[in-house]
Amino acid sequence: MFEHDLLIIGAGLAGMRAAVEAVRRGANAAMITKVHPVRSHSNAAQGGINAALTDRGDDWTDHALDTIKGSDYLADQDAVEVMCSEAGQALIELEHMGVIFSRDDQGKLGTRRFGGQKAARTFFVGAITGQAMLHVLYEQVIKANVRVYEEWFVTSLIVEDGVCHGAVALDIRNGELHTIRAKAVVMAAGGAGRVYEPSTNALICTGDGYALAYRAGAPLMDMEMVQYHPTTLASNGVLISEAARGEGAYLLNSKGDRFMLKYAPEYKELASRDVVSRSEQTEINEGRGVNGCVLLDMRHLGREVVEKKLGYLQEVAHDFVGIDLAETPIPIRPGMHYMMGGIKTDVNGATPLPGLYAAGEVANVSVHGGNRLGANSLLDTVVFGRRSAVAGIEYGTSVRNMPKNEDQRKADQARIRQLMDRPKGPRPAAVRRELAETMHNGVAVFRDQKGMEAAAARVREIRSEYEKVSIDDKGKVFNTDLVFALELGYVIDTAEAICVSALTRKESRGAHYRTDMPRRDDANWLKHILVRAGDDGEAPKVDFSPVSITRWQPVERKY
Amino acid sequence: MQATVRVRRHNTEAPAVHGKLQEFKFDVSENTTVLDALIKVREEIDGTLGVRCSCRASICGSCGMRVNGQARLACKTKLTDVSRDGAPITVEPMGNMPVIKDLITDMGIFWGKIRQVEPYLQPAGPEPKGEYIASDESMAHLVGVMNCIMCGACVSDCTALEVDSTFIGPAALAKAYRFVADPRDGATQDRLGTLNERSGIWDCTRCYYCVQVCPKGVAPMERIMKMRDLAMEAGYNNTSGSRHTKSFAKSVKKGGLLNETMLAVESTGWLNVPGQMAQAPIGIKSLLKGKLPNPLGHRIKARKHIRRVFDKVEGESK
Repeated sequence: MFEHDLLIIGAGLAGMRAAVEAVRRGANAAMITKVHPVRSHSNAAQGGINAALTDRGDDWTDHALDTIKGSDYLADQDAVEVMCSEAGQALIELEHMGVIFSRDDQGKLGTRRFGGQKAARTFFVGAITGQAMLHVLYEQVIKANVRVYEEWFVTSLIVEDGVCHGAVALDIRNGELHTIRAKAVVMAAGGAGRVYEPSTNALICTGDGYALAYRAGAPLMDMEMVQYHPTTLASNGVLISEAARGEGAYLLNSKGDRFMLKYAPEYKELASRDVVSRSEQTEINEGRGVNGCVLLDMRHLGREVVEKKLGYLQEVAHDFVGIDLAETPIPIRPGMHYMMGGIKTDVNGATPLPGLYAAGEVANVSVHGGNRLGANSLLDTVVFGRRSAVAGIEYGTSVRNMPKNEDQRKADQARIRQLMDRPKGPRPAAVRRELAETMHNGVAVFRDQKGMEAAAARVREIRSEYEKVSIDDKGKVFNTDLVFALELGYVIDTAEAICVSALTRKESRGAHYRTDMPRRDDANWLKHILVRAGDDGEAPKVDFSPVSITRWQPVERKY
Repeated sequence: MQATVRVRRHNTEAPAVHGKLQEFKFDVSENTTVLDALIKVREEIDGTLGVRCSCRASICGSCGMRVNGQARLACKTKLTDVSRDGAPITVEPMGNMPVIKDLITDMGIFWGKIRQVEPYLQPAGPEPKGEYIASDESMAHLVGVMNCIMCGACVSDCTALEVDSTFIGPAALAKAYRFVADPRDGATQDRLGTLNERSGIWDCTRCYYCVQVCPKGVAPMERIMKMRDLAMEAGYNNTSGSRHTKSFAKSVKKGGLLNETMLAVESTGWLNVPGQMAQAPIGIKSLLKGKLPNPLGHRIKARKHIRRVFDKVEGESK
């Protein structure tokens, strides 16, 4: 058994920012992560991080308004105010840590313009901003000598008398299960891309954090808000950054028309992501696509911009489709990218479950509401990663006695034993693929009652099939077969919450666009949807909470 | 199209496959990567196959492995790149690291070496209120090194590490360069001093493998060479590597040809008596066999032109 003041689950940007803060404050903190920290999916954030710097003539309230408008007014405005007003400080702090942000002629931080925003306030490192930040935060983790349970997989949160006291985890290296007690837990386990197929997300994004919190009794909020990124590769779902359009790339249909001029006359290609994705899908559905795609055209930017500012995109285009972006437009289509929904938290990362905090993609503070603006996710990770550590440590000082029993570990051990001993059944990978394709067909860019009901019904069936899946690997050393089977359970829980939430919201807002109810309905639905797991085999429970409106009254959204 | 992939299995819990090359055949398209093939094996044929992977887009650095004997990122390697006419390809774990299971290596040694170079910014003086002022050029230059995804390919195929496990190695030295070349870092002198020591920058044998296998164009060896220059400029001259470099340049500049005898003597250092004693027998043997090059050196006619090359290059570097 291990014991810490603060246990951080996940070692991406949010988790590492939390860990560095905790150690700076003298807390006994540890991170637990199923992959080495620099393998985390924060790596894949390409375009940049938003901040309104006053010395550039920008104002955080403008950033806040863009964010709120982008969210289709579902974001909590008090939370957006916190994020946008702390952005400048968070950015400078990253620069001081060593992030090699691009500069302007004066040697100050340089910017590019991103979607859904009036000002150029996205700070960046080529097209590898996430990677550059992740590696620098890992440098800080080394400097602070943070304890890392590396390649450990969390199987349960420990909850006793309605309070979270730590986690049970599998040491993947040797198959041992351990209890890790903590006065407070920060969930920073990232997204759930594998709930969909295709997805821009890495193979590790299996919704672990959503499911662990859901099973522990914490509510998941606005899970229907699933972002489809407008520019992803058709072959394997890999992301082509919004930085391309930030640098001036065009979207073209099969006739060579810049169709965004029609859908978003003012913002054009840089309208918010939900708007651009719907526009592309409309073009494709109405027969103006190219093999199920539209084209992203960077030819007019010139080779120098493509190679210097978008080098990683050139690499990806070359590797996966054999295209030179300076010469040829690349076929792209909307692809599942990001979960706006997540574990409900307040502005300090506290969830309704005492002892449990959350930050990053897995959390819903909520700053993204119905649709996240590009380059707001990196900002979200560092601002709320830091705040959740501060709040978690503060809470921990009031925790007097932690239970010492091993009940949860024993229960998990039995569950794993049962899975390992199960005779031949369906393969987890096949079950995951079917579920993910079901979600992509039923709960995607355009949705309707019938499609969502069909998806939800299939997810319920898959849940019972999951009880029969079996694995090949019966060993203890690095048994990834076992890990995938456990992850599949998380994928299914997350899919269930998404379906329940999506069927509940009887309007169109942000990424949740219903062709059978195409209007936003503020009178009835300007509210958050909360889903809690049902007790043993019962249906999930749905609840609502109000949206915080501070100074920006909802108006119609136009780009 | 059919592909045949042979995977080196390492699984002490499964003696039936342990140590063997296991063959898998399947239909693939021209864009199928080595990683796609391995995932297919794991998902559809044999779930016991151990392989680390995550992003599928050469950014997370998980899937370093040897393909046909050379370190590569599996997600960035198309089967058609490594197999002509459907010839079988062989996939093995990376070198210079212990294997945990199948294609999964223990990267503890790798990270230990990264830690060794104090891999975090150490600014001089108090932090400014806003950002550090730095040229875009200097930051863009560092992007070339920050492109490193820590996949381990360079370490896997490093020939110096193969014979000397104390060598800091290409990945950690490239990481060190990221700070040495960062205008915001205030510890450059100390860093160069440490890197100048044994197992540091002078232990690279310049075999170029790290440059060749790096999937992200980081070119670790070129960063190491740059740090050698910087270390000498910073006054760290008391190494055989530094003396070797200077002696080499001196004799070529003077006569247009390398003076091999003086190179050996000067690299060791005139005052290094034990060192000179140690190589004396080779010198004597060479002399007796008539193989000792003339210690006065040779001169070529066109040495004026060579000098012009030196003047031009040295002028430019100033």
